[in-house]
Amino acid sequence: MTLSTYIDYVILPILGVALVLVFIRIFKGPTVVDRVIALDLLITIGVGVITVYSISTQKSTFIDVAMILALIAFLGTIAFSYYLEKRGRK
Amino acid sequence: MISILIGLLCTIGAVAILIAAIGILRMPDFYLRLSVTVKAATLGGGLLLLSAAFYFPEEVSVTTKALAIIFFLTLTAPVAAHLIGRTAYFIGTEKWKGTVRDDLAGMYDKDTHQLSSGDATEGDSVSHPSS
Repeated sequence: MTLSTYIDYVILPILGVALVLVFIRIFKGPTVVDRVIALDLLITIGVGVITVYSISTQKSTFIDVAMILALIAFLGTIAFSYYLEKRGRK
Repeated sequence: MISILIGLLCTIGAVAILIAAIGILRMPDFYLRLSVTVKAATLGGGLLLLSAAFYFPEEVSVTTKALAIIFFLTLTAPVAAHLIGRTAYFIGTEKWKGTVRDDLAGMYDKDTHQLSSGDATEGDSVSHPSS
Protein backbone atom coordinates (compact mmCIF):
# COMPACT_ATOMS: atom_id res chain seq x y z
CA MET A 1 0.00 0.00 0.00
CA THR A 2 1.53 3.24 -1.06
CA LEU A 3 1.48 6.39 1.01
CA SER A 4 -0.84 8.11 -1.44
CA THR A 5 -3.46 5.36 -1.17
CA TYR A 6 -3.19 5.32 2.61
CA ILE A 7 -3.78 9.07 2.76
CA ASP A 8 -6.67 8.92 0.30
CA TYR A 9 -8.50 6.07 2.03
CA VAL A 10 -7.65 6.55 5.73
CA ILE A 11 -6.44 10.04 6.60
CA LEU A 12 -8.80 12.10 4.46
CA PRO A 13 -11.94 10.23 5.65
CA ILE A 14 -10.89 10.80 9.28
CA LEU A 15 -10.50 14.51 8.58
CA GLY A 16 -13.83 14.51 6.74
CA VAL A 17 -15.61 13.04 9.76
CA ALA A 18 -13.96 15.71 11.93
CA LEU A 19 -15.23 18.41 9.55
CA VAL A 20 -18.78 17.04 9.77
CA LEU A 21 -18.67 17.09 13.60
CA VAL A 22 -17.44 20.69 13.59
CA PHE A 23 -20.21 21.69 11.18
CA ILE A 24 -22.78 20.17 13.57
CA ARG A 25 -21.38 22.40 16.34
CA ILE A 26 -21.55 25.45 14.04
CA PHE A 27 -25.24 24.81 13.36
CA LYS A 28 -26.10 23.94 16.98
CA GLY A 29 -23.82 26.39 18.80
CA PRO A 30 -25.90 28.16 21.47
CA THR A 31 -23.82 31.34 21.50
CA VAL A 32 -21.83 33.23 18.92
CA VAL A 33 -18.47 32.50 20.60
CA ASP A 34 -19.11 28.77 20.17
CA ARG A 35 -19.47 29.38 16.46
CA VAL A 36 -16.30 31.47 16.40
CA ILE A 37 -14.13 28.74 17.90
CA ALA A 38 -15.83 26.16 15.69
CA LEU A 39 -14.89 28.29 12.68
CA ASP A 40 -11.33 28.52 13.96
CA LEU A 41 -11.14 24.74 14.32
CA LEU A 42 -12.71 24.36 10.87
CA ILE A 43 -9.97 26.45 9.26
CA THR A 44 -7.27 24.57 11.20
CA ILE A 45 -8.67 21.27 9.89
CA GLY A 46 -8.72 22.87 6.44
CA VAL A 47 -5.00 23.59 6.74
CA GLY A 48 -4.46 19.93 7.63
CA VAL A 49 -6.57 18.73 4.69
CA ILE A 50 -4.65 20.93 2.25
CA THR A 51 -1.32 19.68 3.60
CA VAL A 52 -2.32 16.04 3.37
CA TYR A 53 -3.74 16.57 -0.11
CA SER A 54 -0.47 18.10 -1.26
CA ILE A 55 1.33 14.99 -0.01
CA SER A 56 -1.17 12.75 -1.79
CA THR A 57 -0.92 14.53 -5.14
CA GLN A 58 2.81 15.35 -4.80
CA LYS A 59 2.17 19.00 -5.61
CA SER A 60 3.95 21.16 -3.08
CA THR A 61 2.29 24.39 -4.27
CA PHE A 62 -0.73 23.81 -2.03
CA ILE A 63 1.38 24.54 1.05
CA ASP A 64 1.23 28.25 0.15
CA VAL A 65 -2.56 28.15 0.39
CA ALA A 66 -2.31 26.52 3.81
CA MET A 67 -0.02 29.32 4.97
CA ILE A 68 -2.45 32.08 3.94
CA LEU A 69 -5.36 30.16 5.45
CA ALA A 70 -3.62 29.87 8.84
CA LEU A 71 -3.04 33.64 8.77
CA ILE A 72 -6.69 34.34 7.96
CA ALA A 73 -7.89 32.06 10.78
CA PHE A 74 -5.89 34.01 13.35
CA LEU A 75 -7.04 37.39 12.03
CA GLY A 76 -10.65 36.26 11.91
CA THR A 77 -10.67 35.09 15.52
CA ILE A 78 -8.98 38.31 16.68
CA ALA A 79 -11.46 40.46 14.79
CA PHE A 80 -14.45 38.52 16.12
CA SER A 81 -13.27 38.80 19.73
CA TYR A 82 -12.51 42.52 19.34
CA TYR A 83 -15.90 43.42 17.94
CA LEU A 84 -17.87 41.14 20.26
CA GLU A 85 -16.21 42.75 23.27
CA LYS A 86 -16.87 46.20 21.84
CA ARG A 87 -20.53 45.34 21.30
CA GLY A 88 -20.91 44.09 24.87
CA ARG A 89 -19.26 47.17 26.35
CA LYS A 90 -21.57 49.90 25.04
CA MET B 1 11.14 3.64 5.59
CA ILE B 2 10.47 7.37 5.37
CA SER B 3 6.94 6.66 4.13
CA ILE B 4 6.23 4.63 7.29
CA LEU B 5 7.31 7.59 9.38
CA ILE B 6 5.13 9.95 7.32
CA GLY B 7 2.16 7.61 7.61
CA LEU B 8 2.63 7.39 11.37
CA LEU B 9 2.81 11.17 11.75
CA CYS B 10 -0.26 11.63 9.53
CA THR B 11 -2.22 9.07 11.54
CA ILE B 12 -1.41 10.62 14.91
CA GLY B 13 -2.23 14.08 13.58
CA ALA B 14 -5.53 13.01 12.06
CA VAL B 15 -6.56 11.21 15.25
CA ALA B 16 -5.70 14.29 17.33
CA ILE B 17 -7.85 16.44 15.03
CA LEU B 18 -10.68 13.91 15.29
CA ILE B 19 -10.43 14.04 19.09
CA ALA B 20 -10.63 17.84 18.90
CA ALA B 21 -13.75 17.63 16.72
CA ILE B 22 -15.41 15.10 19.04
CA GLY B 23 -14.53 17.33 21.98
CA ILE B 24 -16.03 20.44 20.45
CA LEU B 25 -19.25 18.53 19.84
CA ARG B 26 -19.51 16.70 23.15
CA MET B 27 -18.21 19.13 25.78
CA PRO B 28 -20.97 20.79 27.83
CA ASP B 29 -19.57 24.30 28.07
CA PHE B 30 -17.91 26.95 25.94
CA TYR B 31 -14.81 27.10 28.12
CA LEU B 32 -14.31 23.34 28.07
CA ARG B 33 -14.82 23.34 24.30
CA LEU B 34 -12.18 26.04 23.95
CA SER B 35 -9.77 24.11 26.16
CA VAL B 36 -10.18 20.93 24.13
CA THR B 37 -10.14 22.51 20.70
CA VAL B 38 -7.06 24.69 20.75
CA LYS B 39 -4.54 22.20 22.13
CA ALA B 40 -5.59 19.12 20.19
CA ALA B 41 -6.07 20.95 16.89
CA THR B 42 -2.69 22.67 17.16
CA LEU B 43 -1.02 19.32 17.81
CA GLY B 44 -2.84 17.67 14.93
CA GLY B 45 -2.16 20.41 12.41
CA GLY B 46 1.47 20.60 13.49
CA LEU B 47 1.97 16.86 13.01
CA LEU B 48 0.34 16.90 9.56
CA LEU B 49 2.55 19.81 8.51
CA LEU B 50 5.61 18.02 9.91
CA SER B 51 4.82 15.02 7.74
CA ALA B 52 4.68 17.35 4.72
CA ALA B 53 8.06 18.74 5.72
CA PHE B 54 9.44 15.18 5.73
CA TYR B 55 7.78 14.28 2.44
CA PHE B 56 9.36 17.00 0.31
CA PRO B 57 13.00 16.75 1.40
CA GLU B 58 14.55 17.81 -1.92
CA GLU B 59 12.69 21.13 -1.93
CA VAL B 60 14.04 23.27 0.85
CA SER B 61 11.42 25.95 0.30
CA VAL B 62 8.55 23.57 1.09
CA THR B 63 10.19 22.35 4.28
CA THR B 64 10.83 25.92 5.35
CA LYS B 65 7.24 26.89 4.61
CA ALA B 66 5.85 23.94 6.54
CA LEU B 67 8.05 24.72 9.54
CA ALA B 68 7.02 28.39 9.30
CA ILE B 69 3.34 27.41 9.39
CA ILE B 70 4.00 25.19 12.44
CA PHE B 71 5.75 28.07 14.18
CA PHE B 72 2.98 30.49 13.29
CA LEU B 73 0.24 28.08 14.41
CA THR B 74 1.95 27.42 17.73
CA LEU B 75 2.44 31.13 18.27
CA THR B 76 -1.03 32.38 17.37
CA ALA B 77 -3.39 29.66 18.61
CA PRO B 78 -2.94 30.42 22.37
CA VAL B 79 -3.26 34.17 21.74
CA ALA B 80 -6.48 33.75 19.79
CA ALA B 81 -7.86 31.33 22.39
CA HIS B 82 -7.06 33.71 25.22
CA LEU B 83 -8.72 36.63 23.46
CA ILE B 84 -11.90 34.77 22.57
CA GLY B 85 -12.13 33.30 26.06
CA ARG B 86 -11.75 36.74 27.61
CA THR B 87 -14.44 38.13 25.33
CA ALA B 88 -16.76 35.24 26.18
CA TYR B 89 -16.28 35.97 29.87
CA PHE B 90 -17.14 39.63 29.34
CA ILE B 91 -20.29 39.06 27.31
CA GLY B 92 -21.54 36.65 29.94
CA THR B 93 -21.37 33.20 28.40
CA GLU B 94 -22.95 30.88 30.94
CA LYS B 95 -20.82 28.27 32.65
CA TRP B 96 -21.48 24.59 33.01
CA LYS B 97 -23.58 23.67 36.06
CA GLY B 98 -20.73 21.48 37.33
CA THR B 99 -18.28 24.39 37.52
CA VAL B 100 -17.13 24.63 41.13
CA ARG B 101 -15.12 27.85 41.21
CA ASP B 102 -14.67 31.04 39.23
CA ASP B 103 -11.53 32.87 40.23
CA LEU B 104 -12.34 35.85 38.02
CA ALA B 105 -15.72 36.61 39.61
CA GLY B 106 -15.78 40.28 40.57
CA MET B 107 -12.19 40.89 39.53
CA TYR B 108 -12.94 42.72 36.30
CA ASP B 109 -14.05 46.31 36.24
CA LYS B 110 -17.40 46.40 34.45
CA ASP B 111 -16.76 49.62 32.55
CA THR B 112 -13.06 49.65 31.77
CA HIS B 113 -12.54 45.86 31.53
CA GLN B 114 -9.44 46.23 33.68
CA LEU B 115 -8.32 43.28 35.76
CA SER B 116 -7.55 43.87 39.42
CA SER B 117 -5.85 41.42 41.74
CA GLY B 118 -7.84 39.82 44.52
CA ASP B 119 -5.94 41.23 47.49
CA ALA B 120 -6.08 44.86 46.36
CA THR B 121 -6.76 47.20 49.25
CA GLU B 122 -8.78 50.38 49.20
CA GLY B 123 -5.65 52.50 48.90
CA ASP B 124 -4.65 50.75 45.68
CA SER B 125 -7.96 51.42 44.02
CA VAL B 126 -7.83 55.07 45.06
CA SER B 127 -4.32 55.54 43.75
CA HIS B 128 -5.43 54.48 40.25
CA PRO B 129 -8.75 56.25 39.93
CA SER B 130 -8.94 56.49 36.13
CA SER B 131 -7.71 54.19 33.43
